Amino acid sequence: MATLRTRSAARLMMTPAVLTLFVWMIVPLAMTLYFSLLRYNLLMPGMEEWAGTLNYRYFLTDPAFGAALVNTLLLVGGVLLITIVGGTLLALLLDQPFFGQGIVRLLVIAPFFVMPTVSALVWKNMLMHPVYGIFAWIARLFGLQPVDWLANLPLFSVTMIVAWQWLPFATLILLTALQSLDEEQKEAAEMDGAGPISRFIYIVLPHLARAMTVVVLIETIFLLSVFAEILVTTNGGPGYESTNITYLVYAQALLQFDVGGASAGGIVAVILANIVAIFLIRLIGKNLEA
Amino acid sequence: MGSITLEKVSKSFGTTNVIPEIDLEIADGEFVVFVGPSGCGKSTLLRIIAGLEDVTSGTIRIDGTDATHEAPAKRGLSMVFQSYALYPHMSVYGNIAFPLKMAGEDKSAIDDKVRSAARVLNLTDYLDRKPRQLSGGQRQRVAIGRAIVRQPKAFLFDEPLSNLDAALRVNMRLEISELHHQLKTTMIYVTHDQVEAMTMADKIVVLNAGRIEQVGSPLELYRNPKNLFVAGFIGSPKMNLIDGAAAAREKAATIGVRPEHIVLSKTEGPWQGKVTVVEHLGADTFVHVDVDGVGSVTARAPGEFPVKHGERVFLTPEAEKLYRFAENGEAL
Amino acid sequence: MARAITTRRKVTFTIIGWLVGFVIFFPILWTILTSFKTEGEAIASPPHFLFFDWTLQSYFDVQSRSNYFKHVMNSVVISFGSTLIGLAIAIPAAWAMAFSPTKRTKDVLMWMLSTKMLPPVGVLVPIYLLFRDWGLLDTRLGLVIVLTMINLPIIVWMLYTYFKEIPGEILEASRMDGASLAKEIIYVLTPMAVPGIASTLLLNIILAWNEAFWTLNLSAANAAPLTAFIASYSSPEGLFWAKLSAASTLAIAPILILGWFSQRQLVRGLTFGAVK
Repeated sequence: MATLRTRSAARLMMTPAVLTLFVWMIVPLAMTLYFSLLRYNLLMPGMEEWAGTLNYRYFLTDPAFGAALVNTLLLVGGVLLITIVGGTLLALLLDQPFFGQGIVRLLVIAPFFVMPTVSALVWKNMLMHPVYGIFAWIARLFGLQPVDWLANLPLFSVTMIVAWQWLPFATLILLTALQSLDEEQKEAAEMDGAGPISRFIYIVLPHLARAMTVVVLIETIFLLSVFAEILVTTNGGPGYESTNITYLVYAQALLQFDVGGASAGGIVAVILANIVAIFLIRLIGKNLEA
Repeated sequence: MGSITLEKVSKSFGTTNVIPEIDLEIADGEFVVFVGPSGCGKSTLLRIIAGLEDVTSGTIRIDGTDATHEAPAKRGLSMVFQSYALYPHMSVYGNIAFPLKMAGEDKSAIDDKVRSAARVLNLTDYLDRKPRQLSGGQRQRVAIGRAIVRQPKAFLFDEPLSNLDAALRVNMRLEISELHHQLKTTMIYVTHDQVEAMTMADKIVVLNAGRIEQVGSPLELYRNPKNLFVAGFIGSPKMNLIDGAAAAREKAATIGVRPEHIVLSKTEGPWQGKVTVVEHLGADTFVHVDVDGVGSVTARAPGEFPVKHGERVFLTPEAEKLYRFAENGEAL
Repeated sequence: MARAITTRRKVTFTIIGWLVGFVIFFPILWTILTSFKTEGEAIASPPHFLFFDWTLQSYFDVQSRSNYFKHVMNSVVISFGSTLIGLAIAIPAAWAMAFSPTKRTKDVLMWMLSTKMLPPVGVLVPIYLLFRDWGLLDTRLGLVIVLTMINLPIIVWMLYTYFKEIPGEILEASRMDGASLAKEIIYVLTPMAVPGIASTLLLNIILAWNEAFWTLNLSAANAAPLTAFIASYSSPEGLFWAKLSAASTLAIAPILILGWFSQRQLVRGLTFGAVK
């Protein structure tokens, strides 16, 4: 719906964005791919040599990789479970009229705006500290032995922290979806004799399904890359107990200076993320047409 | 001056050809209405004249000079959009002044022109308001004000009344007609409503599937529709179109008779049938009759014609007002 | 339409609602409270909730010990810089895609989105090495570049969804009224798009302010924004809880307030328009 003049202007105006993003994506990715096929360590400069798939074989057969893969899946799965279930309940709660609803809503979404390093440190020190932490105090209040969360349950603790950060995101999106549900539809169901529980199962839940899918997919993209929370709380430890793929690649690259191995890990991470991304892009693309 | 000529103008979007070749002459000062069902290409044609769409081939001349590849702003035309397209962040004054500001006129000249346009359109009291604070009719007037201040060669209206309620629509129709008498500028007006076309136009262009079906004055089209499409489109209620045996008797594939050209009687007539629906409008009564061997026919009767659902009545079509159409839809 | 809601029901939900809100907000509240304590009171057990000697000492200590203000400035420069550059690149692109779409527009949008899904570790090594060779490690410029690029897809998308809601007829009207392309953008599009541009700006500043992968990996002492600065408290020095809390409170307060203002836009921006 436009003339030749506006179309050529449009092309010109898109160029900077497209070009910079293209360079940003293609150049480093190509380099990563290239490095992943080299024996290349920053501690031994000038010793680079062709390694073929050796880096991949090392990375994939390293027991750390298996542990990191399992940890990544547990972390992503755990956070998703908590945020979807918790988010739905919170959204339903915030959808009810009560006094000070607006303020409670602000309190609930606040964690999302806290930078990851702050929330990780606050949880690590002031909540989960085995001696001075609030959780320890609560445990003693009930006469229980305080838990050393990060030492004994490192992955679970990281999952808790990350879930706290992402709960608001799920809540906000599900609440938005909930409020877009046509009031008349609920009234029609009520006229048809559906009680509150069947109304939730047959009307509300299907309506939320799309929003839930969006939450799952977008959170997955971000959760695959959880990094700061691990870095400042457990450093991936003890052992590899709380190392995820992202952290493993970081450790390989910037702690062991193994460029080749880290690059191979990076490519593996890209492939894993792409599996999710394909679904997400399809979903959003469908939405674009509607 | 404002004569517009389209020569062999065509338009395709990708592979779909929305307008096969069209030739059209619009004389200076004429009020021309493009009318047709939705999707017939009338808005596209208007946007091509405006310069908001490219032609695929053909030439557009404005006052004799080739304007086919001119930018919209350079063509000296004004347009009133269906949604009015007022600038929401500008006051009424700012909206009307915008084209003058773009033309680089000086402040005092702009002020004079805006105020006089506002006087003509009864907007003086609203100059400081924002569009969202105005009623539909007022918004419409602001859009017209924005169009007239530039003293364009021609005005283009794209279904300007379709967002107004029925009563206001009649009012605005009169106002636009009056404006045309005052300004005597060429106007091209797009609508799907044949009543608007009949009441306002000097010349009606009936479009269907991108083709021009017929061009003529309102009464020409009413009296001598060139084909079935025009016959069915112009006139309200619609002309009765009858095929089959009744048409064959008149040696035509289809015959047409307007409801107002049928005499209704309770006692005699060549057609006989049962009344299905009666619509009392006050001045007129429209009677829908299921005529034996002919089908459903609508007839106009006087306002207080005493007839009820289910009654049997007789109909007499006026012989000299009968239209005959050939197999291909052309009038015989 | 709406029926009267019984008071009892409303009171019940009020209690549940506030309780849940309090629990979720507690870590933040506790951080703010602790920032006003002395180090001794910060680790007192049982904890002191409200009845302690309120002091601003930690806030002064944070600045005097570590030049806290420099890191605040780093955060400001990096988040505002990357957002403004991103907007400058994205506004024309979003304009083009919203008002002059072609068959490929959708593909371009999808492709931009897909770059956002590239995990950062996939490009960490080359970016690190390139930055090292070009002297961009631990510089504000380097971080501005990286954050501009990682958030550009979100900016383009958000602007695109906002621009799509501006009726094209209004832009056409301005074209009929004699506005050139530049004037069309300056006088008509931009003023109408101000709310959309503002919320894009806001959300992007929040995201850039809190970004904690690239800022941690590419900065050290000089260019470290607050994310990286606060990470330094993870060392044993982190036991200075009051100072950690003071530094954290200052780091999250401005963004929390911005975030509260932009909660609606947040949904739209982070779901790429899939949920409105």
